[in-house]
Amino acid sequence: MIAWFATHTLTLVTFLPLAGAVAIAFLRRDAEARIRWLALIVSLAVFLLALKIFLGFSADQPGMQFVEHHPWISTPPISYHVGIDGLSLLLILLTAFLTPLAVLASWTSITRHVKEFFLFLLALETGMIGVFISLNLFLFFIFWEAMLIPMYFLIGVWGHERRVYAAIKFILYTMVGSALMLVGILYLYNLTGTFDLEIISRQLASGVQILSGSAQTWLFLAFFLAFAIKVPMFPFHTWLPDAHVEAPTAGSVILAGVLLKMGTYGMLRFCLPLFPEASRAFAPFICIFAIIGILYGSLVAMVQPDMKKLVAYSSVAHLGFVVLGIFTFTVSGIEGAIYQMCNHGVSTGALFILVGMLYDRRHTRLIRDFGGLATTLPVYSAFFMIVALSSLGLPMLNGFVGEFLIIVGAFHVRPVYAVLAAVGVVLAAVYLLWMYQRVFFGEVTDEKNRNLPDLSGREKLILVAIVLVILGMGVYPQPFLRRLDSGVAQVIHRIERGEPSFAQLKAAQPREGTR
Amino acid sequence: MISVQASDLIRILPEAILAGFAILVMVFEPFLPAGRRSLLGWFSLFGVIAAGAATVRTSFSPGLAFGGSVAADRFSLYFICLFLLVAALTLLGSFNYLERDNIHHGEFYALILMATVGMCFMAASTELMMIFLGLEISSLATYILAGFKRHDALANEASLKYFLLGSFATAFFLYGIAFFYGLTGTTNLMALRERLGGSGGPSPWSTFAWVALILMFVGIAFKVSTVPFHIWTPDVYQGAPAPVTAFLSTGPKAAAFAIMLRLFLGAFSSAGSIAFWLIWVSAVLTMCLGNLAALWQTNIKRLLAYSAIAHAGYVLVGIAAGPKEGTVPVLFYLAIYALMNVGAFILVAHLSGTGERWTLIEDFAGLGYERPGVAACLTVLMLSLGGFPTTAGFFGKFFLFRAAVHANLIGLTIIAVLMSVVSVYYYFRLVVVMYMREGRPEASSSPLPWTVRVALAVSVVGIFYLGLYPGDFLFLTSLAGVPLP
Repeated sequence: MIAWFATHTLTLVTFLPLAGAVAIAFLRRDAEARIRWLALIVSLAVFLLALKIFLGFSADQPGMQFVEHHPWISTPPISYHVGIDGLSLLLILLTAFLTPLAVLASWTSITRHVKEFFLFLLALETGMIGVFISLNLFLFFIFWEAMLIPMYFLIGVWGHERRVYAAIKFILYTMVGSALMLVGILYLYNLTGTFDLEIISRQLASGVQILSGSAQTWLFLAFFLAFAIKVPMFPFHTWLPDAHVEAPTAGSVILAGVLLKMGTYGMLRFCLPLFPEASRAFAPFICIFAIIGILYGSLVAMVQPDMKKLVAYSSVAHLGFVVLGIFTFTVSGIEGAIYQMCNHGVSTGALFILVGMLYDRRHTRLIRDFGGLATTLPVYSAFFMIVALSSLGLPMLNGFVGEFLIIVGAFHVRPVYAVLAAVGVVLAAVYLLWMYQRVFFGEVTDEKNRNLPDLSGREKLILVAIVLVILGMGVYPQPFLRRLDSGVAQVIHRIERGEPSFAQLKAAQPREGTR
Repeated sequence: MISVQASDLIRILPEAILAGFAILVMVFEPFLPAGRRSLLGWFSLFGVIAAGAATVRTSFSPGLAFGGSVAADRFSLYFICLFLLVAALTLLGSFNYLERDNIHHGEFYALILMATVGMCFMAASTELMMIFLGLEISSLATYILAGFKRHDALANEASLKYFLLGSFATAFFLYGIAFFYGLTGTTNLMALRERLGGSGGPSPWSTFAWVALILMFVGIAFKVSTVPFHIWTPDVYQGAPAPVTAFLSTGPKAAAFAIMLRLFLGAFSSAGSIAFWLIWVSAVLTMCLGNLAALWQTNIKRLLAYSAIAHAGYVLVGIAAGPKEGTVPVLFYLAIYALMNVGAFILVAHLSGTGERWTLIEDFAGLGYERPGVAACLTVLMLSLGGFPTTAGFFGKFFLFRAAVHANLIGLTIIAVLMSVVSVYYYFRLVVVMYMREGRPEASSSPLPWTVRVALAVSVVGIFYLGLYPGDFLFLTSLAGVPLP
């Protein structure tokens, strides 16, 4: 039994939440306390397992680790093939970290249909982790699609006024992209006869299979569109403010923290290694759109009257940084992007939790309804400050590391990118600090804000955990970055190797064979 | 004169047993007191099971029967099993329904059995006249079934519409047969394939042959309700009693697709581009119109009717992929589609209450919390119809689209996947109403009878089984994937 667990750690960490969801399904509807505790315990257990994986992950070993490979369907050959590299490792850790926080954040704010809520939240965690561990395109697609359903319910049932509209918009946008990706996956299968990512990339890298220029372009676009919608990149971002604002706090946390990362994860895992030439060809356009996203997201965030919407638009800007970092094709850019993915997950997740706490107290999120909260809610204000500073990239906090690395990477490619991205950093300071000023400083303008209760023990627990991570990641990023090195090096190797294009690949082919 | 041998009879044993039971049901009916009519239902169900046992026997002596007019090949046995499953689920779903709506007449069961006989012959025949007979047997039975609520205006309209348009369509089919007979001097599919394949000499695909092909296509297209021959579908599916709709939307449709496979991927496989474009265009039209029209429906039965049209379009995508690629996915899909649709309509039949009062989507508001189990089943069915992973509907579509990509029909595949995204919107409307609207559901609050539970369990368990482990069943279909012996 123990041995089985040791060799199937990834399976365990993926399906443990689902098992928890099934267990919740069997609990009585009115046993709400028990349901909450079960959800918390299961999600904490998943987090501990993820930590164990993190510690057991060897930074020096190239390639995938914790690999499991079982046949599933014989024709067409589809196998349950999972494994992680540094990139997936960090995202799994992020997912496992945010889910218990999401459970805690919904502890008292979810009062209707408690059972279903936690059931879907746990099922969602399985879907998310599954996306990050799949090394089979088919398996990846299954998790990618299946995960939409619990998220849809979380937004649609427990969201705010326009929840149904937001939920449908979210699911349709995502599905348009993923439908085209499915065609791309089928096309790749048709070409290579397998859905296995490692085999496909080996075939493409070694030149056994050569994609024609136009095929590569179309495939790249089919995959990239799906990921760009998920990220979401400007101009595909319009679903995001709706979904974020209408979702319950836990939904926003997961949405911002993990779901958006699936898009950038997909770019790193599929677009770059599988279609290096097309990636390079499209990189200038993508970088420009990413920068537009940074500036546009920041400017729109600045003028939002609603705090949650402000945070939502800040996500567009932050994810613009991530995409920019990825498409610099430099070590620092890509590592910075991955690091920024985690930072954004923690900081923005925390911002949503903070806004949600305020909403629980006042049932409004409009900035103009607040003012002078620093005097009435001192502890809350302090936490908010730290998180806001982390989100805007203050040195010594986590956001700085990621943004700095990305800007360094961008500078190598084209200095003007770096300059424009840096403007984005300044704008982030403007919209966050301006919001902070209006909400927390000055006189208490509304009497209703005078007697708000400050943070409860549960809320402090959530925020202390987050702040510890923010500080830890900001001061000592080495353990995280070190685990990324070999994976990132591989991606960059693939991208650069494609440089002289097909002719050289063909020439390289016989040498591969004789080795 | 054909001499009948024992092996001939064994090869039509399932059909013979079904027909025998149908006749017995009609003989017994007058002798049973009105309260005991469900006995006839159980008797019919037994008949279906007996026919299922007979297919096992038949499978041991495969081959052609009656001078090559009927084939007991894997292809036909696959379809016969599918039809028997549909018939059994329909029977299970109708006992209580008939009682409740006060239309419990013995003929119902006899007609279901006769329609099944017709369908079996449609799939098993390798001879155009026999196909036509099968088509007529099943059609006549279903015309009556559609109007089984004699006192209901909608049902009468449905029946009449179905009958008039259906007769028209079968006439087209018959015309096509006559043309082909005139051109080639045969109605046997294998002989047709040979003569139309035309080794040497001028191509046998003259203008007349094209006209005949199109005439036959129209006849079948009506039965599978592809655009523009779908006009009857929403009205009939709405007007017919819901268990009958469950039957109509799956059985006869699958049978007509069996004919289409036998003809277009078998006998007419030499037809080439015109047949291909005919299918391509009707696939696109059917998917687009079916899905887009479903967006505006407020009645669940009409919504499912348009969804059924759309699904016919997906199947056509598989047929467009050609015999080598397309046959197996189409067979696979038809089975999955039958599971999903029978389940959905049977559930609707019981939730809609006496006289099917509550068939508006709004009537299901709040069902998710009032009756979590039922709502969960309905959600699974909708997710499967929408093609979400871990349900069978996903694999069904996946294999169809894979075949299409393999046959290099990228454009068609892209239209198909985008249309299936559109379909998610209307399938999810039901989910939205059930879970995201508060309110006491209007839909019937009486508990599901156990027969319905069994039928539903078969469909939901089947959906999950095929959604997680499609391998074994796919292997089975791959054995059956030869349209013509």
